[in-house]
Amino acid sequence: MISSPQMRLTEGGAYLTQLLEMAGATASGDSALQVLRSAAAGRVQSQQFPTTRDEEWRFTDLADLLKLELITQPATVADISPYQLAEAPYRLTFVNGRYLPELSQAENLPDGLNIGNLAGLPDLQQYLAQQGAEELFTALNTAGLNDAAVVHVRKYAVVPSPIHLLFISTADQFTQPRALIVAEANSSVTLIEEHLSLSDTPYFTNSVTEVFLADSAEVNHSRIQRDADSAFHIGKTAVSQMRGSRYTCNAVSLGAKLSRHHLEIYQTGEQTETTLNGLTVLRGEQVGDTHSTIALTHPHGTTRQLHKTIIDDRAHGVFNGKVYVPQAAQLTNAGQLNRNLLLSPKARIDTKPQLEIVADNVKCTHGATVGQLETDEVFYLQSRGIDADSARKLLVNAFAYEVISQIPVDSLQQTLSRSVTTR
Amino acid sequence: MITENSDVILSVNNLTATVENTPILKGMNLEIKAGEIHAIMGPNGSGKSTFSKVLAGHPDYAVTGGAVSYLGQDLLALEPQDRARSGLFLAFQYPLEIPGVSNLDFLRVSYNSKRKHEALEELDAFDFDDLVHEKLGVVQMDAAFLSRSVNEGFSGGEKKRNEILQMAILEPKLAILDETDSGLDIDALKIVAGGVNQLSNAQNATLLITHYQRLLDYIIPDYVHVMANGRIIRTGGKDLALELEARGYDWVLEAEAV
Repeated sequence: MISSPQMRLTEGGAYLTQLLEMAGATASGDSALQVLRSAAAGRVQSQQFPTTRDEEWRFTDLADLLKLELITQPATVADISPYQLAEAPYRLTFVNGRYLPELSQAENLPDGLNIGNLAGLPDLQQYLAQQGAEELFTALNTAGLNDAAVVHVRKYAVVPSPIHLLFISTADQFTQPRALIVAEANSSVTLIEEHLSLSDTPYFTNSVTEVFLADSAEVNHSRIQRDADSAFHIGKTAVSQMRGSRYTCNAVSLGAKLSRHHLEIYQTGEQTETTLNGLTVLRGEQVGDTHSTIALTHPHGTTRQLHKTIIDDRAHGVFNGKVYVPQAAQLTNAGQLNRNLLLSPKARIDTKPQLEIVADNVKCTHGATVGQLETDEVFYLQSRGIDADSARKLLVNAFAYEVISQIPVDSLQQTLSRSVTTR
Repeated sequence: MITENSDVILSVNNLTATVENTPILKGMNLEIKAGEIHAIMGPNGSGKSTFSKVLAGHPDYAVTGGAVSYLGQDLLALEPQDRARSGLFLAFQYPLEIPGVSNLDFLRVSYNSKRKHEALEELDAFDFDDLVHEKLGVVQMDAAFLSRSVNEGFSGGEKKRNEILQMAILEPKLAILDETDSGLDIDALKIVAGGVNQLSNAQNATLLITHYQRLLDYIIPDYVHVMANGRIIRTGGKDLALELEARGYDWVLEAEAV
């Protein structure tokens, strides 16, 4: 059945109502968290379900999501050892949005580090839903917010090992993972946020991660999405950076039938540094969308963004990179590069760098390239005795390596490198 | 070194080839025997590099006529990787950079593909490591280059030395060096030429494709061929290269035109 956009809107509205009910957003109460949830539910109800007529969703059609029948139920996982990272001793594990302390490692933490779930660290509630909160799917997540993975790094604390945030979903689930990272002044922390599933039946993950960097804090954040190939994944990473802070995001997206990562960076002080590395690998009929917004509002900000997409078969990649440099953001140095590798004649990429620059004394560059594997490259490897198929895999891995090599966990680098060409 | 009755390694007969339907090779004839070093010289656009790529099997070049016999088999019927595994080696003018693949791993994959082809046991990482370290001296290369990504961030000279290191490990029967001297300073040129000389023996053969006589001061060819307009128009000994250096190509081209 082909439905018209008008029907979609009606269907979408009904679907949103269902999702809100499933998320438990209909509860009432006067706790601070409930007030937050109710406000968010109101925001969801005042918006329409996006269709391809919305500029922000022009290339990413959510129609198939509406066909999904979802449930919410708690579950556990017998064995997470295949997903443990030897290099990341601290771990918070959530299954279907529920914190499972028995699968986590939140004890014997170094000085100045606190990790756990929101219930265990209620003081940090004040940081929730501070930024990007209006957007429909972020509001939907907040409307159902029960718990969150929380990482709190106190002033001057330098956390020596990465913290692993592991979000697992099971079949048919509607899951809304939430993470909150608060890095106080002059602190430093490395995070590995990972979304995956043990199931290959469809489910829908709508995640939100908020990161706060106080003055001169440093956060290195790797976000790995390797959901099931039949899943829907919509994710938000909202980051606020105070003066002199440094934020790095290495976002790798491999799974999901349809995925969207929305990255928002808000500068709230001078001299911030932001590095965004992204890699999306798509095959079959996958759709993978990255939308990023960097809002610079103070002088002397530096941003470096590299987003790479590898697209095979009939898959479809979308990249939209917004950079706002208003009058106040003088002496900004912003660079954006989007590189796309198409491996099949039916593969498709829609890329849109979108720089809005008002300040007059800035340096802003952007570029987008679309290419295929060069015959000369494959030939070079063949001339060294390597067959054409292995040569292509090697070159695809080489293309991905620029981003994967930024992930500060070797074992994860290796897992991801393998997944790029064999999945 | 010219030896009576040595085996024919390569025999090219009336070879013609096109790129994007433009004829480039227009009747190449060449025979190379074991132990010999040949040099092909010629002006820009004469088809020298095309010839080397056709021999190695580059898919952008279409062979339209003639035959190439390599160690008694039909070279043109082999896939590029099978030509390499059979001992044909092309040193590239512009070697490729491969980020994320260590030089050592690349060399090992390449070496083992040849071992497998020869039905020999593949070398494990430890044994291969020993072999590589033994070969590093051929091009005076530091072991640190092995852990770096293939050619990434290498200078022009380092890339060319890396090509010769690959050659040292693969021990080809026929090595084709395409403009290997281009972009090299004199020290790097000496190292590269020294490597090629060490690897040259009575069982293998070398084909140098070059623009300048300079390389031939360090690698002494048995035969010098002048190529123009897609075929060899004159063949001589090493003195021909000196004459070309002194007089340019015009006199050969004019003599040919008469």
